[in-house]
Amino acid sequence: MDQRNFTYMFYGFAAAWLILALYVVSLVSRGRKLSEQLETLKRTLSQEKS
Amino acid sequence: MNDKVLLALGVASALYLVRNLYTMFMVLPDEAAQGAIYRIMFFHIPSWFTCFACFLASGVASAFAIWKKNFKGDSFAVAATEVGLAFTFIGLATGMIWAKIIWGIWWTWDARLTWAFITALTYAGYLMMRNMIDDPSERMRVTGVLSIFSFTSVVITYKAIDWWRTQHPGAILSFRTGGGNTDPAMESMIYQNWYALMLLTVVLVMLRFRQEETRREIEGMRRLAFTR
Repeated sequence: MDQRNFTYMFYGFAAAWLILALYVVSLVSRGRKLSEQLETLKRTLSQEKS
Repeated sequence: MNDKVLLALGVASALYLVRNLYTMFMVLPDEAAQGAIYRIMFFHIPSWFTCFACFLASGVASAFAIWKKNFKGDSFAVAATEVGLAFTFIGLATGMIWAKIIWGIWWTWDARLTWAFITALTYAGYLMMRNMIDDPSERMRVTGVLSIFSFTSVVITYKAIDWWRTQHPGAILSFRTGGGNTDPAMESMIYQNWYALMLLTVVLVMLRFRQEETRREIEGMRRLAFTR
């Protein structure tokens, strides 16, 4: 183990940023899927109307 | 909140976090006993404050949603809970990594850690339960009540270090101790990083809130298409 406990400090920071990054990625991907679903539904409903 | 305001808040939080990282590594010295690893506290403590703030907002929004039968309040509650849960996991992970060096163990079932774990499970349960209830009004009522009552777990987690003898360290911030426990520059850094994370949280909650509103719109349109 290093004298200043630098390695585990790095792990701690990496864990925090990784969890945050994973959440943001999941948020963006879910947002994209929802937009696609909404567009598809709108198209389907307007086709049914016409 | 429109896109430009959200973008401005996102950029501001990113710049604030970069400035804080510079201060943590380039300005503040190592702690005398712990060395460099004490810097994990600059994320650990603000993450817990952030998730507590999110869970409080979720409880208040849920109460408002149930009282006024307001679905926007319900959407805000789920957005705040989800973002809060992400910060709960950050709090748990950073705490475990710090504990491995300082205590020599990753985890112990003391009152503070156990209640923190229960809080995470409770709010994860809230999110899972939302997927199990199809009727929007019933979902708002049932999960709203769960969100309000779950906040007791947050209060117990917060007060656990005062109510029980724990492996987890006692309070270090001066608003709880009266001062003298932590160097003012280090204590200030904890607050600075909390403000930065709260800015980021506002952006994430608003983005998630919009998604929940879109999901509700999709649900409504599906129901409309189905009843035709």
